[in-house]
Amino acid sequence: MKYLRQLCIIMLVSFAGEAVRAILPFPIPASIYGLVIMMVLLMTKLLPLSAVEETADFLVGIMPVMFIPAAVGLMGAWGELRPVLLPVAAILVITTVLVMAVTGRITQLLMKMRKGGR
Amino acid sequence: MDLITSSSFFGVAISLSAYMVGLFMQKKFKKGIFNPLLISIILVIGALAVTGIEYESYNISAKYLSYLLTPTTICLAIPLYRRLELLKKNLWAILGGIASGVVTSMGSVFLLSLCFGLDRQMYVTLLPKSITTAIGMGISEELGGIVTITVAVIILTGVLGNIIAQAVLKLAGVTDPVAKGIAIGTASHAIGTSRAMEMGETEGAMSSLSIAVAGMITVLAASLFAGLM
Repeated sequence: MKYLRQLCIIMLVSFAGEAVRAILPFPIPASIYGLVIMMVLLMTKLLPLSAVEETADFLVGIMPVMFIPAAVGLMGAWGELRPVLLPVAAILVITTVLVMAVTGRITQLLMKMRKGGR
Repeated sequence: MDLITSSSFFGVAISLSAYMVGLFMQKKFKKGIFNPLLISIILVIGALAVTGIEYESYNISAKYLSYLLTPTTICLAIPLYRRLELLKKNLWAILGGIASGVVTSMGSVFLLSLCFGLDRQMYVTLLPKSITTAIGMGISEELGGIVTITVAVIILTGVLGNIIAQAVLKLAGVTDPVAKGIAIGTASHAIGTSRAMEMGETEGAMSSLSIAVAGMITVLAASLFAGLM
């Protein structure tokens, strides 16, 4: 019953996220509201880690397969992508590499500065 | 053929099988390019194209894999909670890092759009490319972008980030697990995060945090950047 209970809580939080999404006017998805709600529940100890842990770890572990259908669905966007393929592909590759490198370096630098400041 | 086009299991079965092949190839060749997600996407698209099975038939059951994304994104709170001390200790470095990444993302999209002579509509379509799909769609729509292209670019960015993360971070000299996670999540949202999770729990937790924070900063800053063109 443990897994069922954990799944029940995860689904209740998902529903709560959906409810907040329906009330607030921002373009933020239910999943992000749900993530915040789950975090608050854990931090306030209203929800012990043991109430969700194993099922959550299982879901997070198999997360990559959940992206397959959406990516396969890109087949349908091919017609719209083709005329702008070259610039879009170039921007996609350059910015992704750049953002990853810059974010990593700056985070690392800021962490070092803080340690050094002490 | 009727069996497949109306099957309630075909889409899930072929997706999972393709992923298993991807895992096997990754184990066998141990190279970054043999990324299980990329391999499974190529295999499924190939299989549908060769057999002429419509995406809609595939998606009758594959949609249940997508369905799990919302609860699973919420579950990213769990590894994050387990790394809460690390987050608190490095809070400002983390927030500063994510903010720098968001500015780099939108700034580079702006400059490159100018270089390639893209019009404003295409520019705002690409602007939210590094953040999670649902937020990115909303921003694109609001700014007058082409939402289907935004979704495609976001997914491709995620898959690309997933594939290149290890190599880019190594080349850039990013060795700290916190910085690695923040970099992956800020550049390539949830699809990148699934790769960060494989690198380690700290990387995964920080990457998860970045999805939410980068998404929210982008919501706030996107209209400013959109005003540049």
